[in-house]
Amino acid sequence: MAEQSTVTFIITRQGGPDSTPYEETFEIPYRKNMNVISGLMEIRQNPVNAKGEKSTPVMWDMNCLEEVCGACSMVINGTARQSCAALVDQLEQPIRLEPMSTFPVIRDLIVDRDRMFDALKQVKAWIPIDGTHDLGPGPRMPEKKRQWAYELSKCMTCGVCLEACPNVNDKSNFIGPAAISQARLFNAHPTGEMNQSDRLNGLMEDGGIDGCGNSQNCVQVCPKGIPLTTSIAAMNRATNIQAFKNFFGSDNAH
Amino acid sequence: MAEHREFFYRRLHSLLGVVPIGLFMVQHLVINHFAVYGEESFNRAAGFMAGLPFVLLLEIFVIYLPILFHAILGVYIVFVARNNTRTYGFFRNWMFRLQRITGIVTLVFIAWHVWETRVQIGLGNADLDYSLMEGILTNPFMFWFYVIGVVSAVFHFANGLWSFLVSWGITQSPKSQKIATYAVIVVFFAVSYLGVRTLIQFAYGV
Ligand code: SF4
Ligand code: FES
Repeated sequence: MAEQSTVTFIITRQGGPDSTPYEETFEIPYRKNMNVISGLMEIRQNPVNAKGEKSTPVMWDMNCLEEVCGACSMVINGTARQSCAALVDQLEQPIRLEPMSTFPVIRDLIVDRDRMFDALKQVKAWIPIDGTHDLGPGPRMPEKKRQWAYELSKCMTCGVCLEACPNVNDKSNFIGPAAISQARLFNAHPTGEMNQSDRLNGLMEDGGIDGCGNSQNCVQVCPKGIPLTTSIAAMNRATNIQAFKNFFGSDNAH
Repeated sequence: MAEHREFFYRRLHSLLGVVPIGLFMVQHLVINHFAVYGEESFNRAAGFMAGLPFVLLLEIFVIYLPILFHAILGVYIVFVARNNTRTYGFFRNWMFRLQRITGIVTLVFIAWHVWETRVQIGLGNADLDYSLMEGILTNPFMFWFYVIGVVSAVFHFANGLWSFLVSWGITQSPKSQKIATYAVIVVFFAVSYLGVRTLIQFAYGV
């Protein structure tokens, strides 16, 4: 097999949030074991496009470079995934890079994932433990529960599940799968459970869990293999019960 | 309820699709299937339904209002989806898309069907009997229109039943959801058979 000498990238670029997107092709020298990010770094060093014109460095987001932070998600050859974990040798050429379409573009491949963090606020995806005095050790968690809760805790807010969801788009206000699963995670925690009704009520706000249409793309695409559709169904049950409690019940706290 | 209005409407939408609308549809197709046993037995079965007490109230609260609500919110739900089966061609994503397509087809079909039968009977232009349907369905174009309409409606019901089980948190594990898939496939074929068999009877008398 002849050694490949160059790698071609076709990148959808955009100068700023309001500028028109355009495509630009780059050819860079091939190296062994490259990933998409090392290709982008190569372009950054020498931003000359395939026509030989001087261009600007392509901007992208990254942090951990080992598929745990979720910052580097982009659409690679049509599917959303982490660019740090996308190996050039395993990709069809030319490699097409686009920003994820569900999120507003900041510049080139960098998107604004604020809506995901707002979603986590909506469902209060944390455990309030601060008091004015030492509250002592919290309750213990059963090991079996810890095992599945750990899987849910792997979410890196990467946005791939929102990108794949047909109901997350600019016409709908659906919160998306990731935050629903996080509500389940924090409700599973023995201390977090004390505030479970707050999270469930957050899920029942407008644009909450009801926007799910069961396309189940999320569970297929999540790079962390999180059982998102199980979480959604579990939270469906929990929110329904909470709705009955809110209406018929006398104890609002729990 | 005020603060969770959207949640409440979507849950109501899911519930109404099964009870009463889905149950009504199955009942309707079962009654119609009496046509297969002869004109006489269809007229008796249809006459029994039409002779129920409070029939107009039943029609309004068990059929028209729930369908109207389900249809209006349903069209909105279709509108807010951005279908992406081209990139994500998974089985469930196709079901998601088909659920929306069959919803619209069913809406058009039901509107026409109610106009042509119930409304005309109400206006005194037609009588509720075997020959009314025979007259409509012997036209091959209408026959195929009805076949598509009935199969869409049944698909929408069967797949909607699957979603109902998830939306109400009954089937949570992937395994239970898979078994539910097989179960609703059986429902789809069984109820489609009832519907289409009846149409063939009216159209071709066999
Ligand atoms: S659930 Fe999976 S796909 Fe969705 S944001 Fe978390 S890690 Fe990414
Ligand atoms: S850089 Fe952190 S996931 Fe890719």
